[in-house]
Amino acid sequence: MSNISELTLTKIVNGIKKKEFTSEEVTNSFIKNSQKSKKLNAYITECFDQALKNAKNFDKKKFFNGLLPGIPIAVKDLFCTKNVKTTAGSKILNNFIPTYESTVTSNLWAQGAFLLGKLNCDEFAMGSSNETSFFGNVNNPYGEKLVPGGSSGGSASALAAELTPATIGTDTGGSIRQPASFTGTVGLKPTYGRCSRWGIVAFASSLDQAGPMTKNVEDCALLLEAMSGYDSKDSTSIDIKVDNYSSKLTEKVKGLKIGIPKEYRVENMPKEIEDIWKKGIDYLKDAGAIIKNISLPHTMYALPTYYIVAPAEASSNLARYDGVKYGHRAQGKNLIEMYENTRSEGFGDEVKRRILIGTYVLSSGYYDAYYLKAQKVRRLIKNDFDKAFGDVDAILTPSTPSSAFKIGDKSNDPVSMYLNDIFTVPVNLSGLPAISVPAGYDKNNLPLGLQLIGKAFDEQTILNLSLAIEKRADFKKNFKVWWS
Amino acid sequence: MSIDKDTVKHISKLARISLEDKKVEILAKDLTSIMKFIEKLNKLNTEKISPLTSIINASLKSRKDEVKDGKIRDQILKNSPEKNDEFFVVPKVIE
Amino acid sequence: MDEKKFNYFIDGEKGKWEVVIGLEVHAQISSKSKLFSSSPTKFGAESNTQVSLVDAAFPGMLPVINQFCIEQSIKTGLGLKAKINLNSVFDRKNYFYADLPQGYQISQYKNPIVGEGEVILDMPYGTKKIGIERLHLEQDAGKSIHDMDPDNSFVDLNRSGVALMEIVSKPDLRSPEEVNSYIKKLRSIMRYLGTCDGNMQEGSLRADVNVSVRKLGDKNFGTRCEIKNVNSIKFMQMAIEYEAKRQVELLESGKAIDQETRLFDTKKNSTRSMRSKEDAHDYRYFPDPDLLPLKLDQSLVEKLKKELPELPDQKKERFIKEHNLTSYDANILVSEKEVSDYYEEVIKKSNKKLATNWIIVELFAVLNKKNLSISQSPISAKNLSLLINMITSGEISGKIAKDVFEKMQLNDQDPKKIVEKEGLKQQSDPKELEKIIINILSKNQDKVKEYKSGKEKLFGYFVGEVMKATRGKANPQLVNDILKNKLH
Repeated sequence: MSNISELTLTKIVNGIKKKEFTSEEVTNSFIKNSQKSKKLNAYITECFDQALKNAKNFDKKKFFNGLLPGIPIAVKDLFCTKNVKTTAGSKILNNFIPTYESTVTSNLWAQGAFLLGKLNCDEFAMGSSNETSFFGNVNNPYGEKLVPGGSSGGSASALAAELTPATIGTDTGGSIRQPASFTGTVGLKPTYGRCSRWGIVAFASSLDQAGPMTKNVEDCALLLEAMSGYDSKDSTSIDIKVDNYSSKLTEKVKGLKIGIPKEYRVENMPKEIEDIWKKGIDYLKDAGAIIKNISLPHTMYALPTYYIVAPAEASSNLARYDGVKYGHRAQGKNLIEMYENTRSEGFGDEVKRRILIGTYVLSSGYYDAYYLKAQKVRRLIKNDFDKAFGDVDAILTPSTPSSAFKIGDKSNDPVSMYLNDIFTVPVNLSGLPAISVPAGYDKNNLPLGLQLIGKAFDEQTILNLSLAIEKRADFKKNFKVWWS
Repeated sequence: MSIDKDTVKHISKLARISLEDKKVEILAKDLTSIMKFIEKLNKLNTEKISPLTSIINASLKSRKDEVKDGKIRDQILKNSPEKNDEFFVVPKVIE
Repeated sequence: MDEKKFNYFIDGEKGKWEVVIGLEVHAQISSKSKLFSSSPTKFGAESNTQVSLVDAAFPGMLPVINQFCIEQSIKTGLGLKAKINLNSVFDRKNYFYADLPQGYQISQYKNPIVGEGEVILDMPYGTKKIGIERLHLEQDAGKSIHDMDPDNSFVDLNRSGVALMEIVSKPDLRSPEEVNSYIKKLRSIMRYLGTCDGNMQEGSLRADVNVSVRKLGDKNFGTRCEIKNVNSIKFMQMAIEYEAKRQVELLESGKAIDQETRLFDTKKNSTRSMRSKEDAHDYRYFPDPDLLPLKLDQSLVEKLKKELPELPDQKKERFIKEHNLTSYDANILVSEKEVSDYYEEVIKKSNKKLATNWIIVELFAVLNKKNLSISQSPISAKNLSLLINMITSGEISGKIAKDVFEKMQLNDQDPKKIVEKEGLKQQSDPKELEKIIINILSKNQDKVKEYKSGKEKLFGYFVGEVMKATRGKANPQLVNDILKNKLH
């Protein structure tokens, strides 16, 4: 029997159900991999002992009715997990132990899965390379010194290196899709409101969404089904029935109309990106889809809009980190000094930058010129998509403007780092679902992903289209293990 | 819009983050370049556009007036860096 | 009736000044649970026992709005004859303070749930309309305790997240008396509606007072100062008086008023500056992305309108018409719903004029002395009604009734039983009275002579003797008639 950790999530689930192996064997397989892979720095907190206990418990009780029976899953350290340290990649929460469990992770555990560990991420989900974490950089299995993408960098790296059979991340401006693209994995950001935000450390409330990160599309559909659902504790959660994404998954996409937006062709885009995009178009044509050229005229305004809205909301969401109720507290001779020192010591540079920008654009005299303006442009961007979806069923674009870059390459210039999100950000601003599926390589053999954007609550269509691409792209991970 | 050191100091006071002088200088530079990037929006005429107040086209859902929470003082105080059995403890406020 | 004129002005050295006052009243909604979380709201609980994870702003926590609180705001708005905004938005008001765990307060900024309305005051110089600018929903903050430790403050979040209605008046008030009347009227309306219990000692009702002054006749508004968090009407009045005088003094000496926030020092009876201009808050309001805009159905507003109880103004009008009351008396009887209910219970079977008098004068005296509300009255409406009926029927005199009234207070006794037991029935038999009077006159023949020769005061003496002889039970009217008859 080949190594269990090489199997897909779906195959492992079937294997457990068919009693080909036990949950304990599965769990041990991933624990072994994880223990050999410290160089990746994918984990912030390992929960291996407890995971093994849960696995043994599962094997005794054999609850096979769930979607994820006996499956150990490591999750991004942004999900509050009961009695397990949750840091959001930050010093300011580096000793925080929640007494509650996030809704999304509760949903997973209700399906039979259990926690394997908490994965590294950019601090407060702010970053595109996992270089802003208090707990150090994460390495990309595709090469030492390469970034895995961010902010769900630890998740993507762990997934690609098979330290966990699947994982969940969060996506505010591309934080699932971009690292998926950089690590040759599948990552999906659901429609805003599809998954509950309750118990997820908030970054930008109108943009954050939790989503599945998996080895392939089939796994993605399964995990999405397990984690989604209405939550009355989240006022932005939408009460729409969760589809049977798994059982309805099909490559039969004949007749579906795919939009190709011309504005996604950016200046100085590497030729390989253009080539991959063309290949994607060919794959879908081959599958019987109809290709249409469309225009999303306000695309180039999406990044600046995002960098007003997200920091503004973040500056307010992060005001609660004041050293009073939880987390790091610094000395101060009075309350104000305590606040100022706590937040100065507790937050890293990128977080500080974004809080300051956010504070600035909301401040007296600037609200209309920046925040209000950004919300207006956001409407224009959303209108572009609404109009396009009157004509097409999905939109195909590259996921990222490049493949994984070197650690340290962009960390000196915040704006050049922000440009990583150029293709992913418009989707968050519009609240639509989107998936990144690995489609090929660049000349350095680094993975490149393609993005499919769907209509609201039509995750099924983009899952199906991704399956069609996946089957034809026949992407195989081709890195050598350099880290153990 | 260029952001100068005084502005950085003012914003950092509003955001309750203390900054060393050399950090203030670096931030003034960083924030200025971010603002330049953001100001691309000025090219767009949005006079007649209404702002997007919510992504979801639904109304706010409400809940019944029932007590289902509270009486968890231990949990509430558990993570506090400074507390006693009943309160959060903070340095004195100067009013 | 004596028409008084409005006459509250500050006499400056250089002339008269008018005081302009606007109030921002914070009224706690009498809901069981908080505005955005399900923890309880009861006053006086042990610290931090009415706090949920949401109230304490733990990571990942989210607000969910309380339907009851929405409805109470609508009802209050209707009670203020105000416009109900079917579309409103919740905004975050961002600032840092130990009692504000989120680092922001969820409030409403540009799109409040209730718009313009009015409150009508009954002043000695006539009725006055006070404009309401708006009413919005917001979270209350927790409490910081500063005096339990020399170096530290203690934070109790029990109150954090309790639902508040902020009612903003237009700057139409002109005197401490008007402020008194306004607060009482507002309180009365909310108590009628059951939306807020108006208990200022428990903090369910507090106000920020905005005060400015201007020379009499000037149409422009002066610079105002805000006096924050005043929690009793008396303090509001004292603060206004102090602040108005302070401002007049400054202006008359050629200085300008700094627009600032001040606190009322209850020990020194003065206001002092709370924050300097540099520290002025920039609240950076923006719509709360955790909450969708609130869209109300007109049908809900209509339903609540139908369910509204009769409000003080309407009740007053009806009382004046139906029960023939003076405006003054009607005012008193409707100020508290419980009082008006008590009154209407009594007059079901009793004389209205007597009922009015006995409640406003006699009963209120007792309640005030013993610091009781009418719902704690030692005498029930039923028994007061019986007492009044005995006066009307002549069974007892008004004077005796006062004694019975006193005795009734012990355990709300049946007045009929008291009169029976102590033999207090009025002596109204003319034949009996005639006998007694003839007897007294015959014993006092010299005085009778004096009376007949002009000493009219002696009439009272004879009445007194009759009363003595009958131990106060003689029917005064009959005594008068028979005496007059016998003496002329």
